[in-house]
Amino acid sequence: MFGYIIRRILAIIPVLLIVAAIVFLMLRLSPGDPAAILAGDAATPAQIERIRTELGLNEPLHVQFLTWIRQLLQGDLGTSLISRTDVWTMIERRLDPTINIAILTIIISVLLAVPMGVLAAWKHRTWVDYLVMSFSVLGFSIPVFVIGYIFIGIFSLQLRWLPVQGYTAPSEDLWGFFQRAILPSLTLATIYIALIARMTRASMLEVLNEDYVRTARAKGVPERDVLFRHALRNAAVPIMTIIGIGFALLIGGVVVTESVFNIPGIGRLTVDAILARDYPVIQAMILLTAGIYVFVNLLIDLSYSLIDPRIRY
Amino acid sequence: MDKAVEPSSSSQWLLRMLSLPRRWRFGVAPVIAGLLLLAIVLATILAPLYVTHDPLAMQATKRLQPPSAEHILGTDPFGRDMFSRVFYGGRVSLLIGVGAALVSVTLGLFIGLIAGFFRTADAIIMRIMDGLMAIPAILLAIALVALSGASIGSVIIAITIPEIPRVVRLVRSVVLSAREEPYVEAAISLGSSMPKILLQHLMPNTMAPLIVQGTYICASAILIEAILSFLGAGVSTEIPTWGNIMAEGRSYFQLNPGLIFWPGLLLSLCILSINLIGDTARDLLDPRLKKREA
Repeated sequence: MFGYIIRRILAIIPVLLIVAAIVFLMLRLSPGDPAAILAGDAATPAQIERIRTELGLNEPLHVQFLTWIRQLLQGDLGTSLISRTDVWTMIERRLDPTINIAILTIIISVLLAVPMGVLAAWKHRTWVDYLVMSFSVLGFSIPVFVIGYIFIGIFSLQLRWLPVQGYTAPSEDLWGFFQRAILPSLTLATIYIALIARMTRASMLEVLNEDYVRTARAKGVPERDVLFRHALRNAAVPIMTIIGIGFALLIGGVVVTESVFNIPGIGRLTVDAILARDYPVIQAMILLTAGIYVFVNLLIDLSYSLIDPRIRY
Repeated sequence: MDKAVEPSSSSQWLLRMLSLPRRWRFGVAPVIAGLLLLAIVLATILAPLYVTHDPLAMQATKRLQPPSAEHILGTDPFGRDMFSRVFYGGRVSLLIGVGAALVSVTLGLFIGLIAGFFRTADAIIMRIMDGLMAIPAILLAIALVALSGASIGSVIIAITIPEIPRVVRLVRSVVLSAREEPYVEAAISLGSSMPKILLQHLMPNTMAPLIVQGTYICASAILIEAILSFLGAGVSTEIPTWGNIMAEGRSYFQLNPGLIFWPGLLLSLCILSINLIGDTARDLLDPRLKKREA
């Protein structure tokens, strides 16, 4: 087991290197002059020339790449074109709201989606099943921001239950945090719920026909325990996998949702960077989110043996 | 358990009328989805024939008007007619969807065939694909648009690149299982040329799953275009798309929710229909997939 964990951790290094190479080549191979892109629209020729020497853009490609990787490993993600501050400091300042809302979203999604999927499989081909599946197909079909505006329209503008936009840190005012975070989290959760519920249903459908499910029922195990202890546990691996894969959707959704609800997180930072064509920030966000995505999926892979003791490494 | 799809009684007459073979009998939902999609596609393509206002004509005196006889869906913040913008916008959105689906399927097929057949290329190609898949699609698309500018073509490319790895993996897995088949081994031992084996013997196996994948990519490309526009990384607002109409309407959402609602509704209906058609196509073309992913 220990050896397996080490091997898996080592295996993510090439993936991250390739992500870095893609980000690196994207800038170098883009139609414009990389130094001019990194210097921003308002730069003077002298500034562009300075950046060219700083980045060693006159050196051969592989030398540039190694220099850049060395900077990354030292925690230097570059400098913002607009605020002229260190990109990592900018991200660090904005990390809290995003993490809090992401955690709330994941909790909401799993708590709603898994029972929905189990119920749909249990009531296969009844109105319950069709309802869950319709929700699931709808969830994939409506853009995140439209869902956000629909929620704002209903709960904030019509019913006036919740504030329209903004963010309060949970450390300042926990109730205020929930009031402001619930709509963005539900917005983000919609597509995630659709994805997880669909996979839970499919995975449960396969398991519910197994002999041990029939045995459990025959010996009089309460139906709830049959579903959630016997069947769900055996259906869990694909569900965990899809939660990990869906994490990419979540990251993409964060960028949009924070913009709709005016939350000062890293999603907003990204949008501001796009509007200002602040490429170093966009580049850092790609590296960061890819790193998080790979890491989350590694954790999920490693957790399989916790859920399913038959899986041994 | 019987996995065959029983048509609901309400759709029996339709199926009997069409006298489809039994394995083609599915519910009424995909039929409605197909008709709806056809209606939307025709409505957007034929927009110049029936739309009464120029979608780009600004009228400063008529900003943000509520729906009226002259402007069925009201006007936008620049006094442009929303009805004509929504239907003209659909043309570019659909073009981007279909374009991204075609380009990513074509490139993915080509790369996937090579990865599936040549072991040495496989290792390199799949590591690159792993790297691409680790980057969230929207962020990768944003970066590509930020670097290459926001023309329709570059938006299509930006949406295509994150989708390619999924197509490559699909094609590769089909090729890997097909290349062990006796007819492929026979072709190799007979000395058929490599392009001939790839194109004539292996490629046909990939067609059914690719058609299904293509419909999903088309749907997701339309969604991503909308998100890119919303974030300010989309096609210039000179060319209306469902995405940038909504993006322009966001500041005025509280005054006139229709600015987001109407293009959003049309876009969602369109994606919903494409997804339903994709699901049906998958069930028909590959019963095994249906069992696994339902």
